Amino acid sequence: MPITESDIAKIAELAHLEITPEERRAFTPQIAEIVAYVEQLNELDTSLIEPATGGLTPEHERADASREDAVRPSLGQKLALDQAPDPASGHFRVPKVL
Amino acid sequence: MKDGWETIIGLEIHAQLSTESKIFCGCSTRFGDEPNANTCPVCLGLPGSLPVLNRRVVELGARAALALGLQINERSIFARKNYFYPDLPKGYQISQYDQPFSERGELEIMTAERDEGGHPKEWRPFRIRITRLHLEEDAGKNVHEGLPDVDRYSYIDLNRAGTPLAEIVTEPDFRSSWEAYDYVNYVRRALQWVGASEADMEKGNLRCEANVSVRRIGDEKFGTKVELKNLNSVRFMQRAIEYEIERQINLIESGGRVVQETRLWDERAQETRPMRSKEEAHDYRYFPEPDLPPLVVTGEFIETVRATMPELPGARLRRFVDEYKLSHSDASLLTSERALADYYERAVKASPNARAAANWVRSELLRELEAANLSAEASPVSPEELGRLLHTVEEGKINAKQAKDVLVEMFKTGKSADAVIQERGLVQMSDEGEIDRIVDEVITANPKQLEQYRAGKEALFGFFVGQVMKASKGKANPKIVNERLKAKLSQ
Repeated sequence: MPITESDIAKIAELAHLEITPEERRAFTPQIAEIVAYVEQLNELDTSLIEPATGGLTPEHERADASREDAVRPSLGQKLALDQAPDPASGHFRVPKVL
Repeated sequence: MKDGWETIIGLEIHAQLSTESKIFCGCSTRFGDEPNANTCPVCLGLPGSLPVLNRRVVELGARAALALGLQINERSIFARKNYFYPDLPKGYQISQYDQPFSERGELEIMTAERDEGGHPKEWRPFRIRITRLHLEEDAGKNVHEGLPDVDRYSYIDLNRAGTPLAEIVTEPDFRSSWEAYDYVNYVRRALQWVGASEADMEKGNLRCEANVSVRRIGDEKFGTKVELKNLNSVRFMQRAIEYEIERQINLIESGGRVVQETRLWDERAQETRPMRSKEEAHDYRYFPEPDLPPLVVTGEFIETVRATMPELPGARLRRFVDEYKLSHSDASLLTSERALADYYERAVKASPNARAAANWVRSELLRELEAANLSAEASPVSPEELGRLLHTVEEGKINAKQAKDVLVEMFKTGKSADAVIQERGLVQMSDEGEIDRIVDEVITANPKQLEQYRAGKEALFGFFVGQVMKASKGKANPKIVNERLKAKLSQ
């Protein structure tokens, strides 16, 4: 699938990245090259292979990887907010959202 | 609704599953704690943290799915739903997408249109197809109330982030706001009934969204749909849908076009308003969650869950109608809550007959419970005691009116029926000799009325009954009084 400049613009928008028209032009062939590289995998015939979701083979899927419904200690408000750039009144404070 | 138009409604319900801890970490789901206190690297979305599924979520999800007639998939996949919002710390919500936990449900519920006063007109069965029920995590909360500079800032509380939800999506099968209303109430009741969710809209642990469109009858194509949010009670939802139907029809009839958008219900203004949002294409770029294995549910597990499920409200309602010969509306009321239905069935066992028990539970007991704001489980009058009281009425020891007062007293004091009857000296006088004596006295004391009665003024019979009851201080058995009076007056 050819990658166009409008794909790059859309990805940037979805990722909340601001890029200049120059950057857009520069990134388009670079990302196209990366995608083409990965697309080599499409040459393999995987029609008989189940997707290994979560990195597991179908046999491993059946191993129980869940936990009991038990409460464990949380960080608490102070520690949770410790690394926040702008904590206020016990909350994470951010620019106003709609 | 206006003639010639049809409404199409589909519903989405989010119900919080009743677990102690969050879906992918051990933080508490408790409501009302200090903001951000119940958080950890997993629900804060800190780098390197990994989710581990809470087993109880699967069990409660299965209960909910079975209660709504859904097929549980043996294998389902968690997926990342990507979007940016401050209350979503990871930048994605772990949800399910193309392989959900359960699918293809069908439910038959009862529904009725309502008159102006909100009273149901005629109940009829109604089928809804439920597309899916899947498992996902909740986001955090944006808080503004009571905080400084809210014109410039939003405040984020992540205690709710990671709370387990079941999202329940229907096909666009509803044709009126009342069908939607009856469905949401049914789901609420069913989820509470099987213990999957508290399903309390006021607490926010059940939220619903409605997709509403209109089309001219006969049109094949659906109209453009509008998504309604901020529906904080089932009644609000019903009103919002009603408003929206009218708005869309008026818009089209006056030459306008419905725009696909999300609108919020404003209960104070009684109208829907477009939600302000940036013009941004919704593109969630779902992909399988690489940090979680597929969720595999065995047939054995489903059977274990099924075996521990209580009889569901719909089945119980039908059984009440068949087995106890109750009217549909009585059976419906008595199965509105599991505790109440349990109470009723215990009362039936202790009572002389099932219909009388239904009447007493439905009217007298429920009134007391409501006034005291108690659930049936917490009733100070046990179902067995209520049954005992009904036996005393059946045996003619006290009359129904007295029994009502006795019940109120039992409710207030927690005393047994017999104790209250004893204390109040209410035991009915059924001794014929004694009643005869009073009847004779009354007749002798009222010669004029006796003469008129015998001359054909039969309405005076009631006067004599009243006098006898008065003389016996209300204790005489009215049936015997009637018999003896009739006999003696015509002598």
